[in-house]
Amino acid sequence: MSFYVVQFLSGLASAASLFLVASGLSIIFGVTRIVNFAHGAFYMVGAYLAYTLTEQLAGTFGFWAGIVLAALAVAAIGVVVEMVLLRRIYRSPELFQLLATFGLTLMVEDLVVLIWGPDDLLGRRAPGMRGAIDIFGQNLPTYDVFLIVLGPLVLGLLWLLFRRTRWGILVRAATQDRDTVAALGVNQKWLFTSVFALGVFLAALGGALQIPRDAVNHTMDLRIIVDVFVVVVIGGLGSITGAFVAAVLVSELNAFGILVFPKISIVLIFLVMAVVLVVRPWGLFGKPEAPARQMPGLTVRPWRPLSVNERLAFLVLLIAAAALPLFAGNYVLTIGAEIAIFAIFAASLHFMMAVGGLASFGHAAYFGLGSYGVAMLAKFAGLPMVACLLLGPLMGLIGAVVFGWFCVRLSGVYFAMLTLAFAQIVWSIAFQWVEVTGGDNGMLGIWPDAWVATPATFYWLSLTVAALAVGGLRWLTFSPFGYALRAMRDSPLRSESVGIDGKRVQWAAFVVAGTVAALAGAMFVYLKGSVFPDNAGIALSVDALVMVLLGGVETVSGALVGAIVYKALAIWLVSYTELSKLVLGAIIVVMVVAFPKGLVGMWEVLQARYWPGATASGKARRAEVAE
Amino acid sequence: MLRRNVLLGAALGAMLAGLAGPALAQAEIKIGEINSYSALPSFTIPYRNGWQLALEEINAAGGVNGKKLVVISKDDSGKPAEAVTAANELVSSEKVVMLTGTFFSHIGLAVSDFAKQKKIFFLAAEPLSDAVTLEKGNRYTFRLRPSNYMQASMLAEEAAKLPAKRWATVAPNYEYGQSAVAVFKKVLSAKRPDIEWVGEQWPPQGKIDAGPVVQALAATNPEAILNVTFGPDLVKFVREGNTRGLFKNRAVVSFLTGEPEYLDPLKDETPEGWIVTGYPWYDIKTPEHDKFLKAYQAKFNDYPRLGSIVGYGTMKAAAAILAKANATDTEKLIEAAKGLKMPSPLGEIYFRASDQQSTLGAYVGKTAVKDGKGVMVDSVYRDGKDFLPSEEDVAKLRPKD
Repeated sequence: MSFYVVQFLSGLASAASLFLVASGLSIIFGVTRIVNFAHGAFYMVGAYLAYTLTEQLAGTFGFWAGIVLAALAVAAIGVVVEMVLLRRIYRSPELFQLLATFGLTLMVEDLVVLIWGPDDLLGRRAPGMRGAIDIFGQNLPTYDVFLIVLGPLVLGLLWLLFRRTRWGILVRAATQDRDTVAALGVNQKWLFTSVFALGVFLAALGGALQIPRDAVNHTMDLRIIVDVFVVVVIGGLGSITGAFVAAVLVSELNAFGILVFPKISIVLIFLVMAVVLVVRPWGLFGKPEAPARQMPGLTVRPWRPLSVNERLAFLVLLIAAAALPLFAGNYVLTIGAEIAIFAIFAASLHFMMAVGGLASFGHAAYFGLGSYGVAMLAKFAGLPMVACLLLGPLMGLIGAVVFGWFCVRLSGVYFAMLTLAFAQIVWSIAFQWVEVTGGDNGMLGIWPDAWVATPATFYWLSLTVAALAVGGLRWLTFSPFGYALRAMRDSPLRSESVGIDGKRVQWAAFVVAGTVAALAGAMFVYLKGSVFPDNAGIALSVDALVMVLLGGVETVSGALVGAIVYKALAIWLVSYTELSKLVLGAIIVVMVVAFPKGLVGMWEVLQARYWPGATASGKARRAEVAE
Repeated sequence: MLRRNVLLGAALGAMLAGLAGPALAQAEIKIGEINSYSALPSFTIPYRNGWQLALEEINAAGGVNGKKLVVISKDDSGKPAEAVTAANELVSSEKVVMLTGTFFSHIGLAVSDFAKQKKIFFLAAEPLSDAVTLEKGNRYTFRLRPSNYMQASMLAEEAAKLPAKRWATVAPNYEYGQSAVAVFKKVLSAKRPDIEWVGEQWPPQGKIDAGPVVQALAATNPEAILNVTFGPDLVKFVREGNTRGLFKNRAVVSFLTGEPEYLDPLKDETPEGWIVTGYPWYDIKTPEHDKFLKAYQAKFNDYPRLGSIVGYGTMKAAAAILAKANATDTEKLIEAAKGLKMPSPLGEIYFRASDQQSTLGAYVGKTAVKDGKGVMVDSVYRDGKDFLPSEEDVAKLRPKD
């Protein structure tokens, strides 16, 4: 019995650390709608700074002063980031801020190694809290007791702050309806900045408080960021109490789960999220979001199919690309094939995000399913390459049919997080089912048949598939199905009232996008010769998002450009600089500021401004004026 | 946009091709090297120092067969797909004669499979998985670092001497952790049939929730514990275990913990008396190690880690293979590498012909705290050749070419 009590208390201590970071994220998201990918980076910098400060400042007072100072310093950095970077892009398309914070995260990962060195750092123990207290014959660390008390304390303080101060009232109002708050004359700029600072402070405090328990190292950010998102979503976005309950729920399930299934930790948190979201689509304590107001950005310049001249131009580009093997070497051709495959992958996500308005955080699931489908057909059934390429993506299709059915019942970030949960479940099956998938050692030796074995022929094959996939998705965008899908995106209420079966249309789009992603995954296997669980991993899902956002989510096919630029840059930088993450991150941040609508999005804005006659969107605008 | 990139790429390719003109190619031999520099700097930066030192020594001594040895090094970001891209660049564009490096097992396997497909020589430096030389071994792939099986056998030999009968295990939940536990269990149970395995914990790599894990292990009431966690996970596990008294009156056997990469961060919290494999550079008094240590400290003003030994050994092995082959074509390199004997800072090693594994060994000793730092004491070098998997096992497990 005493064992279960201590196990429960240990779970509570883990929950407290998780809650601190999660509450910050929840507050930021609630008010500013920023999906702050850099939250983990702030957490990590908090830990590093606290390490340095507590090494310098001696004594009990020095230790705690170091922790608080570190959190304050990081909050100050957060203020600068908000004012210099994020303020410029609040008006960008939804999720675009994710791109900026992703760039920041990349930079921070390289910066901490530059500043603090590559070794794991062991911070001081909290003075007077080195030991343990005896609970019915079991030891519970004193520091855990401190954390168990701190969690509810912070929750209480936040509650007071939000319920008893004017600032708190404004924050809650903004969480509910920020347009109205703005309309009532509240200075949103400073409200956002202060909220961001508070959120970052909590993240950094969470990180600083880890130093007596953890080793400070440069992977702390990614270790926590996903878990924290999950906790926030399980609790319900914007709900602090929800975040607390979710943190306790997840930590306790883990503490007791490992007694029965020692391997459960790897997927538990995502299983919980999937179950919660299926049962309660807005999390435990969240409220349904009000129907979104129309986004003006999308309605100003309606999409149109390419004109004849533009089609010719694309054809010329395609022919030029196909001529690459005439003058490029094998390595460049293989890179070309990789870029083409990622163009397919990005285009499939873009179709879902831009046309369907469904942002997925777990698109790699279908890429991964496609690649494992191919690998299994090739390894176990011994099928030839063409058969594998045709049949393998079916696995992605099946996955999309099943997962999509659950996902399209949700919307917004909840939808995105449910896709992430399913992707992590796919990933963990690939990772854990060693007998079939080979676990993390993957499946090897799946190389293309002789007729496409040379880099040139494989490049042509990839280019052909990419052209067909992108063309097909464009055709679908301008088909009646595409119009129905866009209607759902722009106004679910109106489109349902004219008789569109919205969920069904979205489900179909989900399946199309999943299948095309699986096709990209299938091609990828033959490019690399092997499959690993990475093919369904979070990093790949994030890459896809970055490509789409970089291209411009309000465009018809921006992802194509996003994929080419991002992939080429990433490969080139990794090969030619030691600080590839720092440089890539900086480039992304600069691009975010320079092209707040994405590369293609910005191009269209400029085009419409300077050559209004040249584009159909210009014509459309004139038509509107004429009306 | 596409076209501009393509042109850029083509121009770049042409430039590189121009650089590797015939005149230069005669005077130098190029080796391609890949490792997880950005993903795992604590191990790979000392590793890079190691091979850079070796490279300097080799070229100062006149290079290989009168030609200068050149290493082109790439980062794989800890991802197998990127490692394959890098390998392809090295082989297709840079025209290297062999590939070396890699740390993570799955990346080692991905590059090994690439080597088989492209018929290029691959000297795996660090990946530990037994699959690299056994189940997924191929004739193009050789490995330097003592494999999982070898380290497990070294530790099991010591563990068998302990009186403990009830054992629990904790290992990161991925292939390395799983196979380390499996091999250790197999070898120890064979020596000691009376041993009982009472509990196991599998925290996800890098994300151990140490408090509950320690508590769950203690609940199974073991007399001894096998630990396979390393890096930040190890630190968390040790801290919680110390505070909660998990290690009191219990024997602990631990993989890799004596390597400075993982022992040093523990500082004065290093648990005492753990039986570990590692690299006690401060205690090795052989002339060949002295020479290495002096050179390393002079060049980098830092002490070597195990990664430095592996990096140094890898580059020396590459040079020895090239020198013995006196050629750069893959088949000649394979022939030269099989059975190749060479010196290393830890003593003479050779590459066994049957599984292409080197006999580099490891030190086995006990952990202790000295001047507020973690150290290994009572260390003994275990020569890898005494712990290789048996020839029958190799014949059974290794695919026939």
